[in-house]
Amino acid sequence: MSDAPILSVAGLRKAYGALTVTDDVSFDVRPGELHAIIGPNGAGKTTLIHQLSGSLRSDAGRVSFAGEDITRLDMVERVRRGVARSFQITSVLEGFSVLENAALAVQARSGSSFRFFAPAAREAQLNALAMDALARVQLDDRAQRRAGSLSHGEKRKLEIAIALASGARLLLLDEPLAGAGKEETAVLVELMQDLKQTHTIVLIEHDMEAVFALADQVSVLVYGRMIATGTAASVRSDPDVRAAYLGEEEAA
Amino acid sequence: MSAASQVSPAATPGVAEHRQGGMLAGRGAAMAAAVIFLLLALLPLAATALNDPFLMVTATRIMIFALAALSLDLVLGYGAMVSFGHAAFIGIGAYAVAILSANGVGDILVQAIAAVAASALFALVTGAISLRTRGVYFIMITLAFGQMAYFFMVSLSAYGGDDGITLPARSTLFGAPLLDDDMALFYAVLAVLILAFAGLRAVVASRFGRVLRGTRDNAQRMQAIGFSPFRYQLTAYVMAGAIAGIAGVFLANQAEFVSPAYMTWQRSGELIVMVVLGGMGTLVGAIAGAIAFLLVEDWLAIFSEHWKLGLGILLVLLVLFTRGGIVGGVERLTGRSQP
Ligand SMILES: Nc1ncnc2c1ncn2[C@@H]1O[C@H](COP(=O)(O)OP(=O)(O)OP(=O)(O)O)[C@@H](O)[C@H]1O
Ligand SMILES: [Mg+2]
Repeated sequence: MSDAPILSVAGLRKAYGALTVTDDVSFDVRPGELHAIIGPNGAGKTTLIHQLSGSLRSDAGRVSFAGEDITRLDMVERVRRGVARSFQITSVLEGFSVLENAALAVQARSGSSFRFFAPAAREAQLNALAMDALARVQLDDRAQRRAGSLSHGEKRKLEIAIALASGARLLLLDEPLAGAGKEETAVLVELMQDLKQTHTIVLIEHDMEAVFALADQVSVLVYGRMIATGTAASVRSDPDVRAAYLGEEEAA
Repeated sequence: MSAASQVSPAATPGVAEHRQGGMLAGRGAAMAAAVIFLLLALLPLAATALNDPFLMVTATRIMIFALAALSLDLVLGYGAMVSFGHAAFIGIGAYAVAILSANGVGDILVQAIAAVAASALFALVTGAISLRTRGVYFIMITLAFGQMAYFFMVSLSAYGGDDGITLPARSTLFGAPLLDDDMALFYAVLAVLILAFAGLRAVVASRFGRVLRGTRDNAQRMQAIGFSPFRYQLTAYVMAGAIAGIAGVFLANQAEFVSPAYMTWQRSGELIVMVVLGGMGTLVGAIAGAIAFLLVEDWLAIFSEHWKLGLGILLVLLVLFTRGGIVGGVERLTGRSQP
């Protein structure tokens, strides 16, 4: 764990009018690490994901990925470099097959999409890589189903498969367990355990059990400020964190 | 969260919601189209047998609008861009013929190239601006550009202005007056219609078409995997404009007359109605919609001068009772619709 960070965030800020949603956030993520970010509702976690993925411009601060300053790059350019995100509210192409959802992500990084005549659905290369991604999340047996007809848990898996198919090295996962039942949660946690072997992950999650099982590093975000960062154990015992966040959880 | 993530321009809610992947969007659509094309191909025989040459003239006009509606379906049905200025491209194509003929250039190939170039360029410039907006603003701005083209032609007094201009003759091919014969014109239009249908079917299934359809489904998701919708939507807009320009070339030849009336916003609205009536995002629906719309229009005109009112009522009923237009209705009747 002495490698240079693959993701480095320094002094990131974002305000909506008078409301500062991201307040001087800095942290590093080393290659292969799973860095969890926890915090109460409205802490600014999703906003932070927007800023890291490039869908939202930051007011100040710097984001570097693999040694390159990507602060000024938009989402499309960041995906090209290997940063992919999932959405808190499931966002898949409901009208397309499961396979095509993943195949489109492969297509995005496999040559030009200004090809007008050959049928895309029959491109073996795209489909093969898409199937690899689906197999990784155990959705390969659902490949021909319409994505809109999947169960909630399956859609959460498909979101992850799409991110994998996009060729990402860094996954930004925004509450992948949101709305998942007990069994689905267990499957997804196991899946993320597996993803840790190959990918660097920033994980936003409310499920503390999952976070403490998975995370190498945990940061706590409260009102846009990172009040603590460290190993799961050290964060858990941090008095500020207990006061600001975990206490609430236990009381709830 | 919704406000924070960029959603693509011009992805109009509602348009994206219609069902897709029904039977008629696939092989069934090709079958339905083949039947329509076959019937059309046989129509001149019927016209001769019935000694009703007007039948062929009507059918030619219908096919010309079917071609324009087909091109609009790429934008509206597959691109989820509600363009309210599509008739402008027909007008530009028609004026390319009129202006070149008036200046002694009667060859249809030269005219068609000019028509495609002019309508594509107009689509490129207006599309690039319009696609900066979305939703109802996109509708308004395409409408505004359409009206600009209309008023430009009205002011073009050298070519008839408001009154329009009569062509000295139909276009020629390498000097030969091939299109003077109504049947030749009929088959030329049919051939181009079939070609456009086949070409667009390939396009919507291609890599490009898949990006366009994906953007219609969920623009946010497409951006998150690395597609910027703008370039793809603009390309579709330009392709559609060019095809509508070709429709204009034929319309000028069929009527041997060109006027700004071809490019009014009512015309653009009628094209939208044809596509919606037939079933958006199916291609064959646009053709069926154009046929149905123009036949009903002709038919109602026999009964009353207030036929537009009747047409309006019919349309409201259709929209209320047949989701998915004609194609959707056929799917339900044949029970071939997929969930
Ligand atoms: N576009 C916006 N305009 C104004 N305020 C916004 C906007 N987006 C988010 N906010 C506010 O910013 C704060 C942080 O929102 P964010 O969605 O990032 O929180 P979160 O930590 O992801 O919450 P949750 O746990 O509920 O998902 C909230 O107070 C929210 O109301
Ligand atoms: Mg959130």
